Amino acid sequence: MMAEALPMANTKNGNINAAGLEKSDYRGNPTTLCQGCGHNSISNQIIAACYEMDVVPEQLIKFSGIGCSSKSPTYFLNRSFGFNSLHGRMPSIATGALFADINMRGLGVSGDGDTASIGMGQFKHAVRRNLPMVYIVENNGVYGLTKGQFSATAEVGLSLKHQGSNLYMPIDIAWEALVGGATFVARSFAGDPKQVKELIKAALRHKGIAVLDIISPCVTFNNQDNAYHSYSWGKEHEIALHDLSYVPPATEILVDYEAGEDHEVTLHDGSTIMLKKLERDFDPSNRAESIQVLEEANTCNCLLTGLIYVDPSKPELTELYNLVDEPLNRLKESDLRPAPETIDQVNSLMF
Amino acid sequence: MSERIVNDFSITVGTVNGSGSQTANTTILRSLFKMGIPVSGKNMFPSNIQGLPTWYTIRVNKDGFIARREEHEIVICMNAQSFAKDLADVIPGGAFFYDDSIKLDVTRDDIIVYAMPVKDLMREQKDVPSNLKSLVANMVYVGVLAQIIGIDFDKIKAALEFHFKGKQKPIELNYNVVLAAAEWAKENLEKKDLYYTKPMDKTEGLIMTDGNTAGALGSIYGGVQFAAWYPITPASSLAEELVEYLPQLRKREDGKNTYAVVQAEDELAAIGMCIGAGWAGLRAMTSTSGPGLSLMTEFAGLAYYGEVPIVVWDVQRVGPSTGLPTRTSQGDLTFTHYLGHGDTEQVILLPGTVNECFEFGWRAFDIAEHMQTPVFVLSDLELGMNQWMTEPFEYPDTPMDRGKVLWEEDLEKIKGDWGRYRDIDGDGIPYRTFPGNKFPGSAYFMRGTGHNENARYSEDADTWAKMMDRIKRKYHNAAKFIPKPVIENNKGATVGIIAYGSTEPVIREARHQLRTEADIKCDSMRIRGVPFTDEIKKFIESHEHNYVVELNRDGQMYQLLLVEYPQLAEKLTSVAYNDGLPATARWVRESILATEVK
Repeated sequence: MMAEALPMANTKNGNINAAGLEKSDYRGNPTTLCQGCGHNSISNQIIAACYEMDVVPEQLIKFSGIGCSSKSPTYFLNRSFGFNSLHGRMPSIATGALFADINMRGLGVSGDGDTASIGMGQFKHAVRRNLPMVYIVENNGVYGLTKGQFSATAEVGLSLKHQGSNLYMPIDIAWEALVGGATFVARSFAGDPKQVKELIKAALRHKGIAVLDIISPCVTFNNQDNAYHSYSWGKEHEIALHDLSYVPPATEILVDYEAGEDHEVTLHDGSTIMLKKLERDFDPSNRAESIQVLEEANTCNCLLTGLIYVDPSKPELTELYNLVDEPLNRLKESDLRPAPETIDQVNSLMF
Repeated sequence: MSERIVNDFSITVGTVNGSGSQTANTTILRSLFKMGIPVSGKNMFPSNIQGLPTWYTIRVNKDGFIARREEHEIVICMNAQSFAKDLADVIPGGAFFYDDSIKLDVTRDDIIVYAMPVKDLMREQKDVPSNLKSLVANMVYVGVLAQIIGIDFDKIKAALEFHFKGKQKPIELNYNVVLAAAEWAKENLEKKDLYYTKPMDKTEGLIMTDGNTAGALGSIYGGVQFAAWYPITPASSLAEELVEYLPQLRKREDGKNTYAVVQAEDELAAIGMCIGAGWAGLRAMTSTSGPGLSLMTEFAGLAYYGEVPIVVWDVQRVGPSTGLPTRTSQGDLTFTHYLGHGDTEQVILLPGTVNECFEFGWRAFDIAEHMQTPVFVLSDLELGMNQWMTEPFEYPDTPMDRGKVLWEEDLEKIKGDWGRYRDIDGDGIPYRTFPGNKFPGSAYFMRGTGHNENARYSEDADTWAKMMDRIKRKYHNAAKFIPKPVIENNKGATVGIIAYGSTEPVIREARHQLRTEADIKCDSMRIRGVPFTDEIKKFIESHEHNYVVELNRDGQMYQLLLVEYPQLAEKLTSVAYNDGLPATARWVRESILATEVK
């Protein structure tokens, strides 16, 4: 089991970011998840990413469904609005809520049960609509709250206490996102907090939906050394596609950069994702390459992580609606109720 | 020779569905309406795209009774498949028009028969493109019927102009066929039946439309900001009319929209999106029918317990299960009332006229936001999809009620001391904040799990019980916002008829028949929402017998009344039946007579 700091474990350090906030302003309630749970590590990276990016907490809406992962939004960003919805139904709640104020961005946390089983339909449609949100799947291959049943992402042959051996093919969430037309697809590992944090930063600045499939071990029910979703297997088998860093807009790029081999992706607000080449030359803006990489990931006996696909050019859902500039939820009666004289016109439109 | 029968009969047209006969049928309906004669039109259609028999019945009634009747005085048959049934349906002495290309024998000699040479007449219509011939051919029966019963041709033209939105080409194509067919009828048919139309002045000032259109327009005047829906008969047209009229009525001067409509992937998502939007401060609605409502059940419980205002229209069809998708029913009442697992009670509005569909369209948002709870508007296929004459829509007579909402300046004043589920005012209704509120501390975490007054997760026993008690108190306070029942008294009446929804014209006619034909005077009460208002109890108390009339098998309103007023059980009798067809006055009359005359 790896050592980790739980959310709320840090004390105030007095450092104020550009939003005028300390890191502690991004915290939530103390976690009630198991000690060592991958989800806690991800919560910490969400807090760190938001703090480092000067996010105004009131400008984010947290969403989740039901399950261990879906409890975690309580453990970060206490100053943000949040909606812990129904099992598998986070996408529909987010779809409606994100229309209320188009200046806001969603930050959703779901699990493999919540997304890949009961919520598969809504997940695919959230992807198809390019919701303005980060969609994190804390993927551990197992149902934790109901005490250790197989999830739809569990590998064939996985053996769990009381459950026997898993008979079914696993669902690959990154794959589903990619074929569904997602504009940002990444896979990461809770045991690689640096990469998780950089991906969250990039995802927060992406226009449209950013799906992060993060392998997040369940230390209580599915952390055996040979299990795909365990810490030890991930540590031993992780192969990063690139060394990834997020660079805010108008920041001089200082990283060592090799033209022609490394890649950079410019997001709509001018920020950049720097992708430094590791073992292979991989361009995540090329969908065919992304598909090939995921296909290899399924056969390589490895945990392939990094930014798998990104297209910063597609409009996000709310851009398709030609909405007024001010938030819809601040409109007044005079904006919403047609004027009295229109009623006669309406009546004359009837026969 | 019998006397002429003027403005008092029913016309039924049998056609093949998907053949374009709706244009012809509504043209007849609208021209009669424009002649000032009270009419109603009912579409009896199959759950099918093309090829199965379908019927359209127009009731013409000089006294303004427009409920369904069982008798058909005039039948027009354009479909060989339904020929035998159509022929059998004509009352003795009635008139039977048919397309003479149907080579079947007319085996009755107690009716007047008019054969129409539809094919021959259409062959002469050189201007009609061949791909439109079968559609426009329906205008032949419009022309022949108009000639035989005396429908005003100018009114037919006005109806076509309305239908084709002023587009000259289709108007002329169709109208020319009407004129040619009428001309042929004038020269070749001898009027032998007794049915005539004559202009009146009884529809002056009225409009004609359907309940789904009215509901959509009412919602727009209610300031709907977000709608999500999934196609389902008979509710689809409500959302489609929103899409039709929102751009006309709610675009701002800069051309930008103050609303969004999303066609969802299913009904679960549709209501989920509404709840997301309603929670975030938008006036949000969805529209569906029974099967969709079943799917929405889990979310309805979340909205009830999480106290999220949304408006849900249920345009009822016949259940259980897929049931009869194209037939009408009042079968979702008890289901909706208790929608959700655990202890739930939902607010229901019950429009009984097209005009009320408009009014409840906007009022539902006020009630939902004021009470912070879902409001279900139960219409039905009969009201929602059929054309009705109705009073013109009236502009909302009260300003919007957005309920208790705290923005930055409000939170400033109370120094941020607030809790999402605190009952500050003692009316059971707490305060809300919306995402986007920049006041630090304005935010809260919405959840369907147990929560305390500050919306924090709680499994505390006392906290749970208190929260549920407050919500119940809030629900019963809602009664004062529910439209009061419409009560019509008859001096000296001892019998009360209790009904709701689309049976409104049926009850009106049944009361008339009971008084004139059986000398039984009835008062009537049309319930317009749940929870019940005090007037309902008083009405029941003041009558020896109350008949609760409704279109379902089990007497669902009767059940709700028994639960609410167990002490009045002896005064209540259930008159409930549902075969998918709209009720008739005769059924109500006979059901009541069976008990009253013993």
